[in-house]
Amino acid sequence: MAETLFVASGVEVAYGGKRRLNGERAGGVKVLYGVDLRIGRGETVGIVGESGSGKTTLGRAVMRLIDIDAGSIVFDGQDISRLPESQMRPLRRRMQMIFQDPMTSLNPRHTVRRILVEPLLFHRVAHDSAEAENRVRGFFDRVALPLACLDRTPHELSGGQRQRVGIARAALLEPDFVLADEIVSGLDVSTQAQALNLLKTLTRDLGLAMAFISHDLSVIRAVCDRVYVMKAGLVVEEGRCEDVFAAPKSLYTRLLIDAIPLPEIDPGWLDRDLAPEID
Amino acid sequence: MTAPILSILRLSAVSELGNAEPILRNVSLDLAPSETLGLVGESGAGKSTVAKALLGVLPRTITITQGEILFEGRDLRTLPRRETRAIFGDAITLVPQDPMTALNPSRRIEAQLTDGLRLRRGMNAREAHKRALELLAEVHIRDSERVLRAYPHQLSGGMRQRVLIAAAFALEPKIIVADEPTTALDVTVQKQILRLMRQMQEAHGTAVIFVTHDLGVVAQICDRVTLLFAGAVIESGATTDILSAPRHAYTRALIAAGPRYDRPDAGLKPVPEALVAELRLEVEGVGR
Repeated sequence: MAETLFVASGVEVAYGGKRRLNGERAGGVKVLYGVDLRIGRGETVGIVGESGSGKTTLGRAVMRLIDIDAGSIVFDGQDISRLPESQMRPLRRRMQMIFQDPMTSLNPRHTVRRILVEPLLFHRVAHDSAEAENRVRGFFDRVALPLACLDRTPHELSGGQRQRVGIARAALLEPDFVLADEIVSGLDVSTQAQALNLLKTLTRDLGLAMAFISHDLSVIRAVCDRVYVMKAGLVVEEGRCEDVFAAPKSLYTRLLIDAIPLPEIDPGWLDRDLAPEID
Repeated sequence: MTAPILSILRLSAVSELGNAEPILRNVSLDLAPSETLGLVGESGAGKSTVAKALLGVLPRTITITQGEILFEGRDLRTLPRRETRAIFGDAITLVPQDPMTALNPSRRIEAQLTDGLRLRRGMNAREAHKRALELLAEVHIRDSERVLRAYPHQLSGGMRQRVLIAAAFALEPKIIVADEPTTALDVTVQKQILRLMRQMQEAHGTAVIFVTHDLGVVAQICDRVTLLFAGAVIESGATTDILSAPRHAYTRALIAAGPRYDRPDAGLKPVPEALVAELRLEVEGVGR
């Protein structure tokens, strides 16, 4: 098993309510009830669940975008569970995020050049804008973007190109870890296939670890080494994709897999029952 | 095949925004009574445009340049407004994609479910209430009195979609246009909704045009499929034939592009750019 990069143990998160002076929360709605997650260096881990399962909250918690109420998060040997933002800052370059909707996560008034060059300067990966631009240009081929896109703004790109700009922005900083939250759910199948293939190549070539959050088990199967299945704030199953898909241990995982319609004629599929507790 | 209830003949349309790009090119399709036809394609293929034309809600920026939309033999394009009133939103109704935005957030479910019954069927409040309860029971909503009093935000996504299905069937339409009705739902809920659509359709003998990009959904619910690309029909036929023996290279490419949980080594093959370019040329020929 690969060397561990990220470990989250017993993570609890609640939204709302009030915080007492001792840091405890009064009231509020709990969304994570003690979740454990481990991601190895260079490993791609899928987090799958239906809406309300807490998958996005878990992703945000390990990135320290939201505070956790209990548990710990260790990144590359360092406990970051309660690090102040000033001390998180140097780590931010090493953990990047790719967002679901590139239309809202790319500044509509900035050119692609600016979107990609600025983070390199901010994190001092490049010393000046000429060097930064060279890096960006050198990377364009890998993400299959034509150089002409550099001077365009996000709305002038196709959906697939926009998503690749989002991927490039994260990968250019040479992070150790990338969080990809539902990044292909709005795309056509062909564009989705391109984006997923690109991610697979990049994580392999750059040795990137990735947490891939999705509601779509087929997509998870295509890109992930291991998978965590979440339901109502808990991990109900965890394991290597080939094992989980071949022989799911949890009834819930079985249900999720069986509910996926395959593009094949299967006359009994629609009438085959889901278990009563889900219905 | 029995006489179709709906025939679209050589329908072409252009968008008046920008360069007057054709958005439908000689589209023809037939729908038999009580069958389910899948209207499939990637974004920009024109499937929503066809759906909007059937419901009489094409935006002003889209102009139909030629063709006929024959509903029970009458061309919807040339019928006077007083006659289409009994068709659009009445004999042909919609199950929309997004149950979040399709319901008015400030009106109770009862008001939204009974609008059609009262305005178009002349029912009084009590009759409409009774009919609404029956409809909710039909879509398997148990707690129907409470649901009628609720506002949309008080219901889950699956519940809202059930309400919208009940509303679509309320006027006993001949055709239902289902515009990606399960795309926004979780897979387990999707399966329940697909099953419900099938049950309702069988009980009422309604024909359904099911707009979707998901070939898996098509395989499970559609009798026949029409595949669109850039506004043109690429392939049409029985679902069994299209999925197991597709004739067109684009159909094969689309099937190979989707990820498969049961066959991780298959799938994820993007549609080749050369094929897309070739198709564009072919399709532009069709548009002339």
